[in-house]
Amino acid sequence: MIDEPFAAGDSLIHRLDPRIRLVSAAAYSCVVAVCREFPVLIAALLLSIALVSLARLRISEVIKRLVVVNGLVFFLWLVIPFTFPGDPLLRIGPLSASREGIALAGQITLKSNAIILAFMALVTTMPLSTLGHALNRLQIADKIVHLLLMTYRYIFVLEQEYQRLMRATRVRGFQPGTNLHTYRTYAYVVGMLFVRAGERAERVHQAMLCRGFKQKFYSLHEFRAGRSGWIFALLMTVVLVLLVALERGALL
Amino acid sequence: MSTKEPLIDIAGIYFSYSGGPPVLRDLDFRLYAGDRVGVIAPNGSGKTTLFHLIVGLIKPLSGRMKIFGKEVREEKDFTEVRGRIGLLFQDADDQLFSPTVLEDVAFGPLNLGKSKEEAAAIASRTLASLGLNGFEDRITFKLSGGEKRLVSLATVLAMEPEVLLLDEPANGLDVKTRAALITILRGLNLSYILISHEMDFLSATTTTIYTMEEGRILLDQEAHIHQHLHAHPLGLCPHEHCPLEQRKS
Repeated sequence: MIDEPFAAGDSLIHRLDPRIRLVSAAAYSCVVAVCREFPVLIAALLLSIALVSLARLRISEVIKRLVVVNGLVFFLWLVIPFTFPGDPLLRIGPLSASREGIALAGQITLKSNAIILAFMALVTTMPLSTLGHALNRLQIADKIVHLLLMTYRYIFVLEQEYQRLMRATRVRGFQPGTNLHTYRTYAYVVGMLFVRAGERAERVHQAMLCRGFKQKFYSLHEFRAGRSGWIFALLMTVVLVLLVALERGALL
Repeated sequence: MSTKEPLIDIAGIYFSYSGGPPVLRDLDFRLYAGDRVGVIAPNGSGKTTLFHLIVGLIKPLSGRMKIFGKEVREEKDFTEVRGRIGLLFQDADDQLFSPTVLEDVAFGPLNLGKSKEEAAAIASRTLASLGLNGFEDRITFKLSGGEKRLVSLATVLAMEPEVLLLDEPANGLDVKTRAALITILRGLNLSYILISHEMDFLSATTTTIYTMEEGRILLDQEAHIHQHLHAHPLGLCPHEHCPLEQRKS
């Protein structure tokens, strides 16, 4: 089951206008993604950590997510230092790691952690339905927003159907192994899921037609930025300008 | 024969799914204002198909359909029909697609051109009338089966229909929710057609019960002698049951 452990909360961040949080997170991640200087990236990482602690997220859940991201980053460390051209810094057998390669891998590590932490603090602290409505208010195309919301809505139904199918195989003594029978069974399950998803989509559409659906969705949500929202937006802007200035200053 | 004009008047309907045998064969059916009709029939006898025909989700091969006194044929004819006839689907997961309960219930009124405030007010009122106060911000897929059924009923009732089509509404409900549903249906001031497999549910909620056979709707009013199997403690010991009237005295 997919749950949203961060969405429920009552921290300063949780109470901010979702639109401001979204825009801040997007602008922040763009800036961090293009910066290259280590002082800037370290400052960004510290800022992200500050945001996470401001949102009062459960540390264990945060670490669980960071482990996933850094698992991916770990593979980059295995490859980039040894393939990026530059001054050899250290040799392991026939392989040599370049100074530039290590720097690049370090940048990527800092950037990805900073961005992920900021998103955890600012975006995952709202329920997905709120995220959808906030995107809608920010003039993101209706179709994309509703694709997101409908996917989220029916992913649970599909998961239940998947569980039902797998239970049906298990109660008849199915044990997965490395053999053709297993592959065929999984193929049937996946195929059946597609068929059921298709039929489900048809019925949902019919039910919507019955309720007068005219290719248009309405959102009942109203958001209010409030003073704290604008203050936060201003602070984020200042921080971003400082980060950019630091990056540019270091270049001179 | 009533002098009132029927709300739904369909005659000589034939229908089959592509390439299959006919599901409905020369079907005639009329629903008058105030009618509470139950349909009990085996699986695959075309009950759900009939509902889908009435709201125009599928089109008959031949036959004539008049709804609210107007001939209906094309998709645009049915757009109006759908505002006045509410269909409750068998599976509540098909009906509830919005993230929150309030949005889902307000979806119909919004489609009918109500303002956001009106739609939200109608939705809250409908939920309250079904005893679902405080459900507005609940997440639709995290509701229990019974709650889902009642919320989907709310989504249909929020459109303030004149006729309800209920496709196995009691299916899979626990005793408590089932009793609540019976009370709700009895308290509704509108006509409805109700499909169910449970005779006792039908007799509690409807005034006329039809059955379907060979693609047609039949009125079954003849009394049949029949037996009931029932279970209770010490059921294996010899015993007698007396008729209901004697028990009360």
